[in-house]
Amino acid sequence: MNDSDPIGTQPAQRPYSFLWIALFVFGAVGIAANAFIRPEGMARRFAAVTTEERVLVEEVPEKAPEKVPEKVPEKAPEKAPAPAAAGDAGGDAAAPEPAATEPAATEPPAPKRKWVAPTDPGIASGALRRVEGVTPITWETREVLKPTEVEPRKAELVAGGPVRIESSPIDSLGIWIAALLTLFILSFVFRDNPFYKIAESLLIGVSAAYWMVLGFWSTLVPDLLGALAPGFVRANAIPSLPASETPTMDAALAFIPLVLGFMLLWRLAPKGGWISIWPIAFIIGTTAGIRLVGSIEADLMRQISRTMEPLVGFKDGVVNGELIRTFDFWGSVGSVVGVVGVLSVLTYFFFSVDHKGAVGRTARVGIWFLMISFGSAFGLTVMGRITLLLQRFEFLFTDWLGIS
Amino acid sequence: MTTKNTEQTPDGIRGFFVRLGRLDRRWIFLAMGLSIAVPILLGLRFPEVPSPMARATFDAVEDLPEGSLVLLSFDFDPASKAELQPMANALVHHCAAKGHKIVFMALWPLGKQMADQAIKDVLLEFHGGKYTYGTDYVKLGFKAGNEGVIKLMTTNLAEAFPTDAAGTALSNLPLVADIRDLDSFKLVSTVSAGYPGAKEWVQFGRESMKSDAQLTAGSTGVQASQLFPYYPKQLNGLLVAVKGAAEYETLVTEKYPVDRNAGRLEQGRIRMGPQLVAHLLMIALIVLGNIAMIASRGTQGGAR
Repeated sequence: MNDSDPIGTQPAQRPYSFLWIALFVFGAVGIAANAFIRPEGMARRFAAVTTEERVLVEEVPEKAPEKVPEKVPEKAPEKAPAPAAAGDAGGDAAAPEPAATEPAATEPPAPKRKWVAPTDPGIASGALRRVEGVTPITWETREVLKPTEVEPRKAELVAGGPVRIESSPIDSLGIWIAALLTLFILSFVFRDNPFYKIAESLLIGVSAAYWMVLGFWSTLVPDLLGALAPGFVRANAIPSLPASETPTMDAALAFIPLVLGFMLLWRLAPKGGWISIWPIAFIIGTTAGIRLVGSIEADLMRQISRTMEPLVGFKDGVVNGELIRTFDFWGSVGSVVGVVGVLSVLTYFFFSVDHKGAVGRTARVGIWFLMISFGSAFGLTVMGRITLLLQRFEFLFTDWLGIS
Repeated sequence: MTTKNTEQTPDGIRGFFVRLGRLDRRWIFLAMGLSIAVPILLGLRFPEVPSPMARATFDAVEDLPEGSLVLLSFDFDPASKAELQPMANALVHHCAAKGHKIVFMALWPLGKQMADQAIKDVLLEFHGGKYTYGTDYVKLGFKAGNEGVIKLMTTNLAEAFPTDAAGTALSNLPLVADIRDLDSFKLVSTVSAGYPGAKEWVQFGRESMKSDAQLTAGSTGVQASQLFPYYPKQLNGLLVAVKGAAEYETLVTEKYPVDRNAGRLEQGRIRMGPQLVAHLLMIALIVLGNIAMIASRGTQGGAR
């Protein structure tokens, strides 16, 4: 180590590189030891797997043998021997009755079918019966568990029940990948390196692909194709696509963004790139128009209104059951500071007059206000960035290493 | 590491600060990492005193009659999850503890997943017994269109969201079947990481809401300075970064404690311990850096 410069400048390059490497090796050994020595292991995950099953059932029509002798004599005693006629006359109230005696004459409404769990109380009570010949549907749902959550969960399990707990290597692998990518990104603080480049490229590639897929399924398919060819979209992509009351108008309107979209893509063509200027102009124009109104209302008019408030404030309070109005010192200070700040900052940005004399001094005050606001914004930004780092450390310590 | 040390370094304390000014920046990174890592491992925590803005947000939810219809917009993604998910969790818990009917939506594509996590970790975990999908809460999901979606919601909710996130028509969901527009909500709260988010809700949503309806926002630290002018007239409450989340968590859990998995409602407070240490380090570095700059004046390569 160079005694004349012990804090890491150029002559001491090699010893400090050694220190960093030692730190890296120490960390790697610690991680490996943690992985193999600790009983719960690193990033070990379990899954509570629940096997779900659904069977197709239909509602059992209520037997109403006692209703026949009640209704038939009242309504049409002469028609009682003819179930078909009774069915016609009886309408909806008597609909199931003839089916019991002569199904060919009047078809009763088909029993309502639905998928339920095999343990549905309706099956046991006889209100529902399974439809024969239909294979039950089964699937599994997974809930990821940390090692510490396994034992309490096992205590809740019912023997022979649908839930089982098993090791989940795929979730452990996911945590390992996330942890390594985090370390790859953090390695940039040492110096640019291939690991950082891999993680950076992965992030960019995955993000681009995700945005493309998302844009396709959340915008192009429902909003554009859904308007141009709703039947096709309903049959092949989104069965629940709502029906429009004005499909022709919707299709005509959707044709406009379709054309504008193609014009925008013309930028990629070797010739005729100028065609893309028109949709860009459309986007800029509409965005400016939409945002202008909101900005003027919320940011200009309202803020001017907020500045024009009394400098001396009062606040209402209750003392001994009486409503009294007292001087609001801090509220008044806030109002004065606000007004002084607005006027002095506006003066600073008023360049038509030389910043000399009173104007210069006022502008100087404005600079102080600006600096304080920049400092405040910087402090908040620092807090945000530290939180991001903190969360990654939490992930590494808790989910990956399991030491926090 | 690349700084050259060719000139004569002064002796004494001035020389110390001159050399400090040339310190390899990776030592600072290491110090910052340790200032965060050690408090995490030690579980360092400090009490939180709620600020007026956090209290106003709490009051906006608390003062609504039980069972009021509220709209929670999750306008952030995993990049801001560290700052915003704690306040989102606390907000969902607060609304559910008050028995409000909740409609979830997102202006950011991954906001839907953030809402799903809050629903799973908080709504169904602590209030699952009394919250049924369709009648007590609904997930509208993500809708592309930025402020255009808000603008559309001010006149016709069903046009902005014809179906819920799972594709069920709103007319089949009792909670939202009769909602016409934004005017129907007693409270709109956005947890926002940027554009589109809190600013757009103020610019395009606030004006069409009833005068007694509340609009609150939770914000990242980066964009908070843009939102301060809106408080308290245009934004009834404002939670700023993880500090705001910690204050709001304190207020909510003091009044509505939970008996299990309480850590899900303490994430903001847990993260404020390391924050304090890291901020102290940052302040120290700024002071030392300025002293080092002054000390290096007049030396070759130093400040002028």
